[in-house]
Amino acid sequence: MTVRENFHQAAWQEPLITELGSPGERGATVPGFDGPAAEPLAEDLRRSAPPELPQLGQPQVLRHYMRLSQMTLGHNVALDATVGTTTPKYPPVVNELIARSPKLTALHPEQPPETTQGLLELLWELGECFKALSGMDEFALQPQGGAHAIFANVLIMKAFHASRGDDHRDEMISTLATHPTNPAAASAAGFKIIEVPVGPQGYVELDALKAAVSERTAGLFLNNPEDTGVFNPEIDRLADVVHDAGGLCAYDQANANATLGIARARESGFDLCHFNLHKTFGAPMNLYGPAAGAVGVTAELARFLPTPLVVKQDGRFALDTDRPESIGPIRAYLGNIATLVKSYAWIRALGPQWLPEVARVAVLNNNYVQQQMEELPGVSVSFPDNHERRLDVVRYSLEGLKESTGLGAEELNNRVPDFGIPAHWTSHHPFTSPEPLTLEPTESFSRTDLDETAAVYRRVVQEAHDNPSLVATGPHRSSVAQMQPEALEPGAVPPATARLMRERRPRAALEVAAPASGPA
Amino acid sequence: MSPPRTAHPYIPSSAPETQEAMLDKLGIASTDELFTSIPERLRVAGELALPPALPSETELRRYFSETLAGNTSTAEHLSFLGGGCWGHAVPAVCDEIAGRGEFTSAFQGLGGASTSGSYQALFEYQSLMSELVGLDVTPLPAYDWAWAASTGLLMAARATRRGRVLVADTAGGERRRQIAARMPSRIELEWVAHDPGSGAVDLADLEARVEGAAAFYVETPSYLGYLEPELDAIREITREAGCLLIMGVDPTSLGLVRDPGDVGADMACGDLQPLGHHQMYGGNAAGFLSLRFDDTLLGELPNIYLVAVPTVRAGEHDYFWGNFESTSYATRGASDDVIGCGSTMAGITAATYLSLMGSTGMAELGEALGTRVSYLADRLGSLVGVDTARLSGAPFKELVVDFSGTGRSPAAVNAGLLERGIFGGIPLEEDFPSLPGCALFSVTEQHTSGDIDRLADALKEVLA
Repeated sequence: MTVRENFHQAAWQEPLITELGSPGERGATVPGFDGPAAEPLAEDLRRSAPPELPQLGQPQVLRHYMRLSQMTLGHNVALDATVGTTTPKYPPVVNELIARSPKLTALHPEQPPETTQGLLELLWELGECFKALSGMDEFALQPQGGAHAIFANVLIMKAFHASRGDDHRDEMISTLATHPTNPAAASAAGFKIIEVPVGPQGYVELDALKAAVSERTAGLFLNNPEDTGVFNPEIDRLADVVHDAGGLCAYDQANANATLGIARARESGFDLCHFNLHKTFGAPMNLYGPAAGAVGVTAELARFLPTPLVVKQDGRFALDTDRPESIGPIRAYLGNIATLVKSYAWIRALGPQWLPEVARVAVLNNNYVQQQMEELPGVSVSFPDNHERRLDVVRYSLEGLKESTGLGAEELNNRVPDFGIPAHWTSHHPFTSPEPLTLEPTESFSRTDLDETAAVYRRVVQEAHDNPSLVATGPHRSSVAQMQPEALEPGAVPPATARLMRERRPRAALEVAAPASGPA
Repeated sequence: MSPPRTAHPYIPSSAPETQEAMLDKLGIASTDELFTSIPERLRVAGELALPPALPSETELRRYFSETLAGNTSTAEHLSFLGGGCWGHAVPAVCDEIAGRGEFTSAFQGLGGASTSGSYQALFEYQSLMSELVGLDVTPLPAYDWAWAASTGLLMAARATRRGRVLVADTAGGERRRQIAARMPSRIELEWVAHDPGSGAVDLADLEARVEGAAAFYVETPSYLGYLEPELDAIREITREAGCLLIMGVDPTSLGLVRDPGDVGADMACGDLQPLGHHQMYGGNAAGFLSLRFDDTLLGELPNIYLVAVPTVRAGEHDYFWGNFESTSYATRGASDDVIGCGSTMAGITAATYLSLMGSTGMAELGEALGTRVSYLADRLGSLVGVDTARLSGAPFKELVVDFSGTGRSPAAVNAGLLERGIFGGIPLEEDFPSLPGCALFSVTEQHTSGDIDRLADALKEVLA
């Protein structure tokens, strides 16, 4: 397999939109009105000076953002198995078209339910699918991403303990390999965090968890497989430990692509779980959302779910807001409808026969790439004591390469995009292995795609040995050249807008905040 | 059940020939051998209780279009629903950019160059939104308006080291419930009352509560649609007490109406949906949060913002995370807040919208909405028993309509309107007990005088 020697990413040298256009140009008009004119708005309510927005004709606006889209290596144009843990997969075009129906886009959330039966039916059916895929008893579709779903699950745990008058449980357990949003969401809800280290196998061991639980344990949050691709075979026994201590267990199913239709939260003994629809269920990543995180719980916890919930009554669909013990709404209306509908369309395109094949092929692809990656000098697989197959991802370590060439995971990212592949993901914080690199070749990639991806790494690792400066000074054929963060002026306000870039203002101190009056 | 011996279009290596070749290369006979780490006791027993596959696009499209036919949309009925989700015009170019697969199928990435186009577009979002609200910094979009508002409140609590926050009770009921759900128990949340005659913030109540408060959150226009008349007094009262001011704003108002920066607000937030997004049953809600620059406040920001970073090529910039180290991605359980996927793509669509509209378009939009809401007030106010001056403030694009003089409840009125192909206003009493018999009617620039006449005529029939 050869690499794309002459690849060059679109490099339009496109100015910021704030630098384009001429006075008087415009890209849209506002419809006129043939009714009577209104009294002008009172002077003291009016804006004193117009905002400095672009003045640009419509073709110029379109061209500008089209050019920027071309300078973005998304899944639809690039082999992005490199963005490991985000589950890069094909978002089917037909689902995009389905979601553009005016029967969907022109619905207002306050319409009477008798005028939205079609949508409510789809959402209800989607919830039923998630019940089957997780073994949980009830689902809420409101959260708009993984972290948001985790936050909802933290609140559900809190409400559960409070409902039993059990107010002293203020500790949440997670692991150092678990995605950071788990401990962060628990902390945001006021819990103390205990992060259990992972053992040499790459997962939390029973004794380590036993040492962490107590009568203060509210619950446990972890991924399985973790973001290292390692599956914890003791997962149900971990759940027993937490349950014996009076806590609840939440399964972060961000990596469910590896276990779809094979293993579920129910059989693992968990009380709550969540799915990332923009990962496992073929909905678009949208760069970094809008996404969706569906929350599933056991029957005992259903009364705490965020409302409103879609329910089926006498063959009709309705919104249930009458749940007095609910944690409350955590997102406006019913959630990210476009992503929910696209995910349901994805599930229906596969059905019960093909869904487990998604997991099987994803894991096959991952192992297929691993075989080629392991042949590269200086590249190893994290947690070498664990001889089991990795599932959805492999957490590689480039420690050996770094030692022999001075170039590691960060440095290789300078060169990888030169071959048409998006820069790779290293690891969440903290790094549990040195020089981490995480690849996730999902079921969407063909064998040829996988061979090409591996060939790019073969080539870049070779270059790291033979021509390290070529790698270190990349990218050479990407949209822009390498960033120089050290060129930022430390004494100036961070250049977070075009105006701040221009003005280079010095940093100023907070003038409004009051003196400390005890910890908030 | 094993899959049929043919490939699925979404799974190239489900082709039997390919799969066998790959298994051979790995030296295994079946994909079963890849899953030995999952003990039998953790496996799903039997087939999943899922509806059957719709294996071709034809079947899939037919099922979804037939099911969605059970909806009647605002494209079919005349709608006066608003209250946080609005049917503003969506420019075709916004649809085009929002649908670009290069953007939507991408992960934003952590490597700069390969996704630098999306980073630049988002930097432009930060720039244009900051201009619109008159503040310095606008990080990447959050889940929704209420999440952005509560993020602002929590930042203020940390920045001032105070544990009490104030929220004007003219915020929407759902938003108030969302904010309450988000607040950890260490934060005390208090509501500031409004003047029942004007719908404006009750300044005396604010003064009574402001001492020791970290922040005051107030919406203008409020959920009830009225522009807050005493912003300078509110700023004065809060500033003297060392209480930060967070303004919830409707971005469609800001071409015409005074911006939060001019008021001297510390932060501003709102929803990006009206900037180039369809209503989508509320699904396109996306929050923005802007702040004036200062080190303390910026240090408490949990959301990512991008900065312009010079590249090694003269004059060229890439755009990249400015504050990774202070986000919960780096601080994990030591943070007081959490971020994950937000509403990033909505930022690019909003930037496209603001680029198309420009300051002239945004000013015209504000005027267009004012003209229509004024005509709506005139037409409905002339109906017997209907009061459109129940509150005395200046409405922006939404109006409280009081039906109590007609002897009909808003629900009964809406049922009559629905029979005539009209979605009437949102009943208010449940969330605003001081407004029995009232409903919130909303207009956009897409309403013609004929639409408003049709509503008035239908109401006349319903109320007869």
